[in-house]
Amino acid sequence: MTAARRAAAIATTLLLGACQSYQSTFSDAAVEVHNFNILFVIFLAVCAAMYVLVIAFLIAGIVRRRRAGDALVMETGRHHESHPLMRTGLIAWGTLVTVGLIALALASFVGDRSMASAAAHERLSITITANQWWWDVQYNSSDVSKTLRTANELHLPVGVPVRIILHSNDVVHSFWVPSLAGKQDLIPGRENDITIVPTKIGIYRGQCAEYCGTQHAHMALVVDVDSQADFLKWWQHQLQPAPPPRTPLALAGYNYVTNRECAMCHNIAGTPASARVGPDLTHFASRRTIAAGTLPMGKGNLYGWVEDPQSVKPGTKMPTIGLQPNDLHAVVAYLETLK
Amino acid sequence: MSSRFRVSCIAIGVAALALTACDREERHNRAKPLGETVPAGESPDTIYPGSGVPPPLDARAAMYDNNAPAIAQGQWLYTQMNCVGCHSHGGGGMGPPLMDDEWRYGGRIDQIAATIAEGRPNGMPAWRGKLTQDQIWQLAAYVRSLSGQPSKDAVSSRPDEMSGPEPETLTAREPQKQSDAAEQ
Repeated sequence: MTAARRAAAIATTLLLGACQSYQSTFSDAAVEVHNFNILFVIFLAVCAAMYVLVIAFLIAGIVRRRRAGDALVMETGRHHESHPLMRTGLIAWGTLVTVGLIALALASFVGDRSMASAAAHERLSITITANQWWWDVQYNSSDVSKTLRTANELHLPVGVPVRIILHSNDVVHSFWVPSLAGKQDLIPGRENDITIVPTKIGIYRGQCAEYCGTQHAHMALVVDVDSQADFLKWWQHQLQPAPPPRTPLALAGYNYVTNRECAMCHNIAGTPASARVGPDLTHFASRRTIAAGTLPMGKGNLYGWVEDPQSVKPGTKMPTIGLQPNDLHAVVAYLETLK
Repeated sequence: MSSRFRVSCIAIGVAALALTACDREERHNRAKPLGETVPAGESPDTIYPGSGVPPPLDARAAMYDNNAPAIAQGQWLYTQMNCVGCHSHGGGGMGPPLMDDEWRYGGRIDQIAATIAEGRPNGMPAWRGKLTQDQIWQLAAYVRSLSGQPSKDAVSSRPDEMSGPEPETLTAREPQKQSDAAEQ
């Protein structure tokens, strides 16, 4: 390794420190993560202090020479009586350990309670169902006409306690948005939940954190924390059905998508395509990524993905259809209108 | 080291190497272009009434029959595409049962695939153009596994449904009926 390359490697590592809160456990973007970071600092401080003390005593013990007669005292097991200072020291040590453990237990209890209390103030309920390998997101509302289904992108209003109910359709997954909260597993046949109170507007990245099969690495989630007004605007927009195709090419794509293989798995509101096997595509083009964070949204990536998903994400449940070029142009043209 | 010990060491090593040749888990993420070149609406004729001699088995059969990933994918599709709606989990209902050894339209994997692709009278819809050839063959592999034809190591021992018959791996394989064998 040349010196320049080594310097570059070190510089890259240092750059990691500059990472913004896009995907970072040390961000401050939600109440949960904030509490957790305080807890982390307390644990780190207490454990580090004890560690330093233990190592200091160990070094002192190694450096100090054994006095004549010490061996005998050790063997009789009356070590603590050998010196009044030793006795005081041992009592102090025991007290220190007890106090330290009580401090950790208290901090842990208070932290845990404060995180759990947010659930009592729930103002928005979202159901996330994990599938191999994408996230099905449903916004619940007592008014059924306001219930919204989307995929692989989670929009949250800032400052509102959101309860996320977690299900799985196949295997165990884990919901993890490091910038907002800790991990919570999604277990088939069981309901889990997690409450998040985001405090900072921004875009964050979530990732499945429990190995779930071939494409576990390509099971990401974009979380967009908006102002409350923007969030409501987004919700209203997402409730609209898909716009009708306006060009002949888009119409050809519409016909293909709603009549052929695509419609067997995907739902597009306002069209005959209404299956629930794959991600909802009603406002597909308004999302930031394709295939659960596999590719950034864009015309080129869309062509690549639609033509041959099995090359982009081998093993994904979306099959390679082998679209003819004219069909491919039409399908992409139609998908692009789904803003 | 005795020579006998050395020989058994070598034998174990060779046996371990031979394990790598097992292709139970061989995955095909994409159908061979062959599947897509059959023009729509034109199906290889796989039904042979009377004493007609059926053509040799489709070359694609080797890729799907007895292949664990194909059977597992087929099992997933079987539920997602609502085969359950008519055939139940193999026991039949509105549609005929699939877990017995009677095949109205042939029990060979290519015949089952043709049945799925083209549909059959009295309710079985045609899936050509709705599913890819790859998916149709995966489904055929799973449907064939319901009657206990594939080998035990290829079939999932954990069915997706909550309850039902014993897993295929625990039931004895039924020999094909004489009439079916004669057909083939």
